[in-house]
Amino acid sequence: MSRETKSLLIKGGHVIDPAASVNAPMDVLLRDGRVAEVAAPNKIRGGAEEKFDARGLIVAPGFIDLHVHLREPGQSYKESIATGTLAAAAGGFTSVCTMPNTAPVVDTAEWVKWLRDPERGAVVNVFPIAAATRASQGQSLTDFSALQRAGSVAVTDDGKPILNDDMMRAALRLGAELNLPVVQHAEDTRLTEGCSMHFGATSFRLGLRGMSGAAEAGIVERDVTLAQQIQNSRLHVAHLSTADALKAVRRGKRAKARVTCEVTPHHFSLLDENVGEYDTHFKMNPPLRSVADREAIVAALSDGTVDAIATDHAPHAAHEKQVEFERAAFGITGLETALALAISQLHREHKIPLMRIVELFTWGPARVFDLQQRGSLARGSFGDVTIFDPKKGWKFEAAKSRSLSRNTPFDGWQFTGKVVATIVGGKIVYLAD
Amino acid sequence: MKTPARGSLLGIEHLETKEILRLLQLARRMNPQKARPLLRGKRIVLLFYEASTRTRTSFEFAAKALGATTTLVLSSGSSIEKGESIIDTGNTLRAVGADCIVMRHPSAGAPHFMAKHLDIPIVNAGDGMHEHPSQALLDAVTILKHKKSLKGLQATIIGDIFHSRVARSACHLLTRMGVKMTLCGPPELVPDVAATLVPGLRLTRHIEEALRGTDVVMLLRVQSERLAGLKIQLQDYIARYQMTAARLKLAKRDAIVMHPGPIIRGLELTAEVADCPQSVIVDEVRNGVPTRMAILARALGKA
Repeated sequence: MSRETKSLLIKGGHVIDPAASVNAPMDVLLRDGRVAEVAAPNKIRGGAEEKFDARGLIVAPGFIDLHVHLREPGQSYKESIATGTLAAAAGGFTSVCTMPNTAPVVDTAEWVKWLRDPERGAVVNVFPIAAATRASQGQSLTDFSALQRAGSVAVTDDGKPILNDDMMRAALRLGAELNLPVVQHAEDTRLTEGCSMHFGATSFRLGLRGMSGAAEAGIVERDVTLAQQIQNSRLHVAHLSTADALKAVRRGKRAKARVTCEVTPHHFSLLDENVGEYDTHFKMNPPLRSVADREAIVAALSDGTVDAIATDHAPHAAHEKQVEFERAAFGITGLETALALAISQLHREHKIPLMRIVELFTWGPARVFDLQQRGSLARGSFGDVTIFDPKKGWKFEAAKSRSLSRNTPFDGWQFTGKVVATIVGGKIVYLAD
Repeated sequence: MKTPARGSLLGIEHLETKEILRLLQLARRMNPQKARPLLRGKRIVLLFYEASTRTRTSFEFAAKALGATTTLVLSSGSSIEKGESIIDTGNTLRAVGADCIVMRHPSAGAPHFMAKHLDIPIVNAGDGMHEHPSQALLDAVTILKHKKSLKGLQATIIGDIFHSRVARSACHLLTRMGVKMTLCGPPELVPDVAATLVPGLRLTRHIEEALRGTDVVMLLRVQSERLAGLKIQLQDYIARYQMTAARLKLAKRDAIVMHPGPIIRGLELTAEVADCPQSVIVDEVRNGVPTRMAILARALGKA
């Protein structure tokens, strides 16, 4: 699928580049892995070794996913960097940020380098996020500086939130010194023991213990307060799912604290009641929430409170999902359905402009982790481009997923909006059939 | 994945009203002492992942009264203990010739999950905090032995509703049959969201208000083993919600007192109430056998 070319001219498309406020028919020339020129139709002089006919298509900066689990090292029966990045490419993502809750936990510079080694066979850019505390045990901080030098773009104990106030304060302080964001999976696990979904009418009816919205909001409120107190600290709230947590993020942003947040496609698309009769493909953490939470999230995606759409792609083997609901693993895959959900739900249903949606996949996430020369088509940027058809109807079939796992709630869903081509460093790494 | 086999009884919520009526009618016709061997040659597995006294024995007696062969599989002392998955256990039992599985499991939805993967009827004998359909049916049978009809009655459930599969199944069944239901207890045990379970459910924190004019008082044990982090003061609970003879006087004169058991004398009710003439707690246990005969006969297509 991947083709070696030195120059590629993307002709006849409609460029949406929110970083440059461009939303117009443009041609894009990529040369030597970089963006060489973006210009009005037919204005780019000189030939290109390869041309891509983008008539009727949107040409956007390559999408960036701030939150994926590619399961290596240690859990390659669920996913590998090779298969996970193939799924990413099929979903239009040219860069993914990997979570460290692997086996072992990515808490050393050596593991960060291992993840970035070409031997892993990644077809898109992989930006590791290392653990904030050793083995994510919350006891002592990792060597942020060494991790950063090895290529870690942020630190987190994803899945095992940093509950201790002093530990979180220390992480934000050290992060502030290095300009390194601390990513928090906001869940007060003292309040969610034994819970497998959101607390509400559905969990009560099904006889399942529920996680209250307060268990998320309480941690976000505390973290935002700490971020306000610690100068230059950078807090990023992972997979935010409740209206109350959004209020805390807004408070931080108004106070000019460096607080950012991401939202997943499933949280803006689904509700707790979609769990139906114990369908484990609707079990994830944070759980699907209430109507009010989803409405607040959609509003925040629209008004700019949310910085990025991130998938929380969390592959699991069939035997980890084909069990009793309470025993089933948390998490769903999401790389291949993210854009389709954004267009179907946010653009078509809620009338959020494509410009804003593209921003949430590109310039928004690029700024969260300071990914230099990514997330825009500015001349000289990396030649990462996502080309999609916002009107194309298609059906997602889990069986045809590039991911090693099939744990998606969207199997058989009819979508509008499809990725046509994904280009990483000037090379086409995915081309739709 | 498939739809549950005909005859499965997974819960009351999705059971058609005509099926509920048919089961109640059938249960009232069943006589454990004089039963025809409708299920001769049938093999029924009692698959219990959780402790049980009355449900297990009454399902077993019910199966045997109808001539079926039964075998008991407990999670301890079987392959389950070695880590076998629920589907693999189900397939194994199916392969050795089970015609029906009666299943109790600590996890809500476990029987539904089993039913989606097996082609034999699954009977839910209690799944976590979710449903206990055979208990709701035998409770309805018990009420009907003391009241002319369910329609128009007032019933009050007091106690640990949050953790109770009995309460959920009872609310579904009795509301569907036209009973006006009230739930009562502290917020930790009766969260506000409980009122959304079925239409018309009333919720109160005051036992006096809950009891006034009621025909049926159903008490529940505080399931301390399921509390998981919730803290309630038992002395405070007793002061506010224990059923005493004095409080019982607030209910209708001919009100009956029910309890799915096990009862804890001195906690959710006094010994005096447990043994009073209005108490039908032992009747409930007795009605368990014919009710479960009806459930098994229906499960295996013999009724």
